[in-house]
Amino acid sequence: MTETARTQSARYATGSLLSIRDLSVEDVSAILGLTARLQTMHPAERSAILAGRRVALLFYESSTRTRTSFELAAKSLGATTTLVSDKSSSIEKGESLKDTGLTLRALGAECIILRHPASGAPFVLARETGLPVLNAGDGMHEHPSQALLDLRTILTRLHGESSATSVSAASLQGVTVVITGDILHSRVARSNALLLPRLGARVILCGPEKLLPKEALGLGPGVEIERDFDRALKRAQVAMMLRIQKERLAGLELDLADYIDRYQLNAERQAACAPKALVMHPGPMIRGLEIAGDVADGPNSAIEEQVAHGLAVRSALLVRALGKSVTV
Amino acid sequence: MSDILILNGRLVDPANGIDAPRDLLLRNGRVAAVESPGTLRGVEAAETIDAAGLIVAPGLIDVHVHLREPGQTYKETIATGTAAAAAGGFTTVVAMPNTVPVNDTAAKLEWMLDATRNPAVKLFAMPAATIGSMGVELTDFDALRKAGAVGFTDDGKPVLEDHVMLAALVAAARAEVPVSQHAEDTRLTGGCSMNAGAVAFRLGLRGMPVEAESSIVERDIRLLRDIESKEGLRPHLHVQHVSTARAMEAIRAAKREGLHVTCEVAPHHFTLTDEAIGDYDTHAKMNPPLRVESDRAAMVAALVDGTADCIATDHAPHAAHEKEQEFERAPNGITGLETALGLALRVLHRGQGLSLSRIVSLMSAAPAQIVSLAGRGSLAKGHFADIVIFDAGATWTYDAKTTRSRSRNTPFDGAEMRGRVKATICEGRIVYRGN
Ligand SMILES: [Zn+2]
Repeated sequence: MTETARTQSARYATGSLLSIRDLSVEDVSAILGLTARLQTMHPAERSAILAGRRVALLFYESSTRTRTSFELAAKSLGATTTLVSDKSSSIEKGESLKDTGLTLRALGAECIILRHPASGAPFVLARETGLPVLNAGDGMHEHPSQALLDLRTILTRLHGESSATSVSAASLQGVTVVITGDILHSRVARSNALLLPRLGARVILCGPEKLLPKEALGLGPGVEIERDFDRALKRAQVAMMLRIQKERLAGLELDLADYIDRYQLNAERQAACAPKALVMHPGPMIRGLEIAGDVADGPNSAIEEQVAHGLAVRSALLVRALGKSVTV
Repeated sequence: MSDILILNGRLVDPANGIDAPRDLLLRNGRVAAVESPGTLRGVEAAETIDAAGLIVAPGLIDVHVHLREPGQTYKETIATGTAAAAAGGFTTVVAMPNTVPVNDTAAKLEWMLDATRNPAVKLFAMPAATIGSMGVELTDFDALRKAGAVGFTDDGKPVLEDHVMLAALVAAARAEVPVSQHAEDTRLTGGCSMNAGAVAFRLGLRGMPVEAESSIVERDIRLLRDIESKEGLRPHLHVQHVSTARAMEAIRAAKREGLHVTCEVAPHHFTLTDEAIGDYDTHAKMNPPLRVESDRAAMVAALVDGTADCIATDHAPHAAHEKEQEFERAPNGITGLETALGLALRVLHRGQGLSLSRIVSLMSAAPAQIVSLAGRGSLAKGHFADIVIFDAGATWTYDAKTTRSRSRNTPFDGAEMRGRVKATICEGRIVYRGN
């Protein structure tokens, strides 16, 4: 892990966030501190921090939540944003990621936020442009800003607002987080499973073999697999539900009725196994499939707060990427 | 052609059981004399090479290279690829057929082997086993054999259909050459860009299971057995770039059974594991992919115990712009001609204690035998004067910028090498001088 962090800092611009593994516990702590500081700032003061700075959002996949979140974060800090997406066909047909990145750099972009369907694409962009790159989700690989906002949500709900300003390797001691669903295709699951155990949490991955191969154990110590959802839930302080990524299921035949029966978080299951556990979902969620609507809207749900924490954490990541020091 | 004397060296010629001080005289492209030190002292020669402290060995032979000509000369040409071969100590290379167009007719084969392509070393080729390497209809084995084919392969792709592979093995047995198989059940590897396992899971990449390789090897071995018993022929299956313990185990059993199976292992498969992909380094992407440590160790063990017959590079040049892409989009393959000896000596000789004689055999005598190259792979009097002279103890660092290949796609840029090539002589011509 330390070696990874070291070689990456040598090859990629400071402030890049390509994988959650890039961050030491101290880095995570600093990001949370900065997040809290930015949130308490007067909006006018906050909007001066990145005034005149240029941020490009390069989106090869559609995304409402993450894109809007980064965009609003950048704007609240005073930065100018440019959205380049395949939907608006502003990505030149057939142009390589490298050339698109170099074009954005030549146009003055100082930081690129990238969402891409290919795992590892942010590494290519960061290597080839030398710019700080924020990974806003790459293929089945990672979604590091999501893991940070999930961490902030967990800390705030379990330990109170004031505890979310710093972390250590023991901050989540005694906390078990159950991540359930399509782990195989989930970048959110990977980033969380790589981050939370380093802060003391236990991560239980839960799902059928097809969506959760045993190789997932290789994500590191502190991660285990439990196929029985009820049994996993009984140990959970946090239940994080993931959507079934139908678009990536090619070739895997999944019996949805059986899946719902075994893995849906619904009111009965919640009452029986984990009446107090925090309920989370990175979205987009499919009510009635992995999660029942009343659970998503229930008192234990932190789903809307996750969105709010996303905006806050991404503001901090942008300040960090653009190398602005802010007194915490 | 002018005479060359090589004095004071240590001759390592495993085919003739020699590992001793010998002086050599090369004349008219052939070995004219191999004598005890001092015997050739009075002989006049245009050039005398002092090989004191150096190893003199049969020139290295690579039965698996991609030279990209015709069709993709921005990656490599026959001239540049063979220049890299010479720098790596190779005096003979066997070109794979996946050029553009595919080398599947006698005319194309003759074009490739024509002297005007300017190969720096001796060039042979394996044309396609099926037309266009499409896996459907066999090429004209007789015509291709007459034009110089040393084997048949659809490398890059497997011959997937049982009946097509069976027909290829039968036809090749009649032509007395091997079928070289790229063992990959492509029905199991669609959309995959690396080995299946924990690293692939973490990187979010789809992985190729080991069964994709081993099941084809096992199938081909069954076909050999059937042909031997039903046709009274003895076909030769050569398994290319074996990468999994499981496929190697199948080959070991088939050899014990007495079937005619040979195989090669590439330097990257006995040196690296899939951890080398790091943060999506496309220079560690090739097919078959880098596997896990137990597979790497099994490749080393097979080279040590003789189950693996030879080392072959699978030299596969690609342009920088092709490798500077998203991992899943980047093409498979790495260059390998200039680093093969350095890695073999580092990993197998120094690391595993395999003798110099065995290393030289794995890279010259053994491959010569697999593709039946008369007069090559050994330095008996009258044989071709194909020679590599190297300093077996020298340690150096590979610098991809200095490559003679047109491409630099290697995971070994900056890697430590053992054993430095001082000179490469092909049919009596000095084709490379090191420093
Ligand atoms: Zn191949």
